[in-house]
Amino acid sequence: MQENGIGASVRRKEDQRFLLGKGRYTDDINVEGQTYACFVRSPHAHAEIEGIDASAATAAPGVVAVLTGDDLAADGIGPLICGVTVTSDDGQPHRAPAHPALAQGKVNYVGDHVAIVIAESLTQARDAAELVEVNYRPLPAVASTADAANDGQQQIHEEAPNNICFNWPFGDKAANDEAFAGAHKVSSIDLVNNRMVTNPMEPRAALGEYNSGTEEITLHLTTQNPHVHRLVLAAFNQLAPEHKLRVVGPDVGGGFGAKIFIYAEELVVGWACRKVNRPVKWTADRTEAFLSDAHGRDHVTRAEMALDENGKFLAMRVITTANLGAYLSTFATMVPSYLYAFLFAGQYTTPLIYSEVKAVFTNTSPVDASRGAGRPEATYLLERLVDVCAADMGLDPAEIRRRNFIPKDAFPYQTPVVQCYDSGDYEAALDQAMELADYAGFDARAEEARGRGKLRGIGFSSYVEACGIAPSAAVGQLGGGVGLWESAQVRFNPTGNVQVFTGTHSHGQGHETTFAQLVCDQLGVPFENIEVIHGDTAKTQFGMGTYGSRSLAVGGVAIAKACDKLIAKGKKIAAHAMEAAEGDIEFAGGNYTVAGTDKAMNIAEVAFNAYVPHSYPEGVEPGFDENAFFDPMNFSFPAGTHICEVEVDPATGEVEIVDYTAVDDFGKLVNPMIVEGQVHGGIVHGIGQALLEGCHYDKDGQLVTASYMDYAMPRADNAPEFKIDYAPTDPPHNPLGVKGCGEAGAIGAPPAIINAIANAIGAKHVEMPATPETVWRACQSAN
Amino acid sequence: MKIDLTVNGRAVAEEVEPRTLLVEFLREQLRLTGTHVGCDTSQCGACVVMIDGKSVKSCTMLAVMADGCDVTTIEGLASGAELHPMQQAFMDNHGLQCGFCTPGMVMSGLDIVNRHGNEPDDATVRRELSGNICRCTGYQNIVKAIRAGARAMGE
Repeated sequence: MQENGIGASVRRKEDQRFLLGKGRYTDDINVEGQTYACFVRSPHAHAEIEGIDASAATAAPGVVAVLTGDDLAADGIGPLICGVTVTSDDGQPHRAPAHPALAQGKVNYVGDHVAIVIAESLTQARDAAELVEVNYRPLPAVASTADAANDGQQQIHEEAPNNICFNWPFGDKAANDEAFAGAHKVSSIDLVNNRMVTNPMEPRAALGEYNSGTEEITLHLTTQNPHVHRLVLAAFNQLAPEHKLRVVGPDVGGGFGAKIFIYAEELVVGWACRKVNRPVKWTADRTEAFLSDAHGRDHVTRAEMALDENGKFLAMRVITTANLGAYLSTFATMVPSYLYAFLFAGQYTTPLIYSEVKAVFTNTSPVDASRGAGRPEATYLLERLVDVCAADMGLDPAEIRRRNFIPKDAFPYQTPVVQCYDSGDYEAALDQAMELADYAGFDARAEEARGRGKLRGIGFSSYVEACGIAPSAAVGQLGGGVGLWESAQVRFNPTGNVQVFTGTHSHGQGHETTFAQLVCDQLGVPFENIEVIHGDTAKTQFGMGTYGSRSLAVGGVAIAKACDKLIAKGKKIAAHAMEAAEGDIEFAGGNYTVAGTDKAMNIAEVAFNAYVPHSYPEGVEPGFDENAFFDPMNFSFPAGTHICEVEVDPATGEVEIVDYTAVDDFGKLVNPMIVEGQVHGGIVHGIGQALLEGCHYDKDGQLVTASYMDYAMPRADNAPEFKIDYAPTDPPHNPLGVKGCGEAGAIGAPPAIINAIANAIGAKHVEMPATPETVWRACQSAN
Repeated sequence: MKIDLTVNGRAVAEEVEPRTLLVEFLREQLRLTGTHVGCDTSQCGACVVMIDGKSVKSCTMLAVMADGCDVTTIEGLASGAELHPMQQAFMDNHGLQCGFCTPGMVMSGLDIVNRHGNEPDDATVRRELSGNICRCTGYQNIVKAIRAGARAMGE
């Protein structure tokens, strides 16, 4: 192993610029002649627009232009699209109402985009935006997920009767019903998966520049996937041909899913900069982010498990209503369907699983992927249900899990819900976590806490997730409009340093370090001589970006494959230079050697020979620069057990997380320091969902939690110091032996925390976020 | 209005609109974009700078209120490429991921040292960070970094 290679906790290359204040986020970029944009947004959840009078705004000081949906339509721009088809139970594709980037006659949620005001300064743009007179005729709003499809409910889109986007049954209902009818016991739970606002710390932004000489648009965006943005904006939104559109995702301050999607503001800024022939910059303020970023979760679910007399799971049934918001965001349909129901087996051998998902429209912000995307929702209901089963059967929650685990020798394991798990040893992770959490000592700790008037509880969550998204063929079969391979280019320069171009995008994950470690390890090039480049469609080859914990498991393998090609080509060059047969050349630690001799040549020298091929093997192309693509055979399936211990103050309902243990299987770790950081962040994201974060609309569709004064983000004192360990297995289809680690914490944590609270107060269930009020009320009814 | 102040050791004299926030002045007029804006309600702390040795959220104050003050931003801490011990501690302890909240975290870390000395305990640091939000790190390594930075500053 190289000193800075695979397995080393190397300090991050990207940190120096961030720590010096030299990061370059979209809003940090300023260009000559730049104008500033402010969007006029709907204050109503649901209304018809009877007229827009922009004359006062247009005449206001500094205003360059005020553009509306009519202007956009006249130029044939848009509408925004949803890229994944789900077939509804009537055999028809999901209902996809038009999603104009600027409203055309109607607004469907608070924050919906009505006009863009462009001015010489931001204050002038904001002042003028207040002068745009929009004449609204308010309509009744639909804000409740559970009630959206009720008879007589206000209709939002003509194309979607009863506000239903799709009804999606999945599994063998008759066999499932039969198993339930013959079961020893049926356990059930009704729960809500609370709506969250993803909230990366950097608000979304767009800077558009048009060059009338080359007819090229350059868009700097807060994006997790610049090429996907370019593809969709070019191919579906008619912004510009792909070769005349450059999308740059510079430093991006967190994404967690919210920056995957192609948003109205991005399209409108791109279009407007050409229309006014000036650079246009827009940056969301935080309230705009709350109003217009795609939200996450928002399910209402009933889940049931049929058990035999030994506590073995015989069959499971899940009925969910999922809120998709007012319009379909880019991947909205996929989240409560394929990314959700295909995870219902969890870590268990449950042979029969049937589910029905009703996806509904409401007059709320669009809902799409958010850290975990469907998998946290699946894990939450399953792991809560398992605890209810344990209580109903009088079994220890660890014991019921153990009895139902997929055994370690059963991998690859075909679940009844499409997914075939790659590798796992669930019992090992459980044992390790119980040891680390000192489960055996819990009763004594609970007793001690009781003496202090506190209720102490412990909760398990044994999760599995599907990430490393993923095999193109599978995505295509499921109705996805893209391939989900990844690409890499590894380029030696003549002086022997290396540039690595990846199609993934780093917005906090540390790819510049992790990927350099891969290359350092494989090619033996010093770590400091390797630079990773990403995020600019003009610099890097096509790539699919970063989400679904895919970057290392898919993008990393593409890099490794490109390195393989370089090593192979280098053998020919080295053989020629050292006057040996190619078959006698060996490569290790950055050196080509002739077997059985002391002849050696460093790969940097080989690179120089490739660029200065004065004496060169016949038939070999000059240059030392290789491309590779990797399309995996399967998703990767990280898994693990998280154990949370809480203390509840029954007098106030306050919950303190006093201990938290996570034992995860991420396969091989490239940079353990970075992986641990991802786990910490994921768990705290999960703590946010479980205890603090509740996105709330009132009955009229007003978002009442649209700032950090109203929406509680987790803070430093909401978390204890975590106990983190790993129980790795080797995924056979991944050449690097890696899985993915970015979402696991957010998936594993919520059920562990709620299970612990339920255990502490002796309640069957407590809804998230388990605020002091919620927990206090639960304490009252438990007593 | 004209204001005279010191920013990162340099004398600055500028005309500002009275309604300009200090953070807007730093970012837009001085092009010191290391100080970030993450919210509109003074909760997130991405905009924390030091004014006359005390940490201040630069979104809560008007630029004209900084007239005559000594302002230090994240750009003013290092000597060239050599990081300040608090910055170095963030690197060594993986106290940052996307980097967006980081300038504010580093500045708040310095303020914790000013007020609590070189050995703040874990609970103190966590409590003192109530005005800084991070979505990436889960805070554990930020707390570690600030404690390590505090110790290093005492050496």
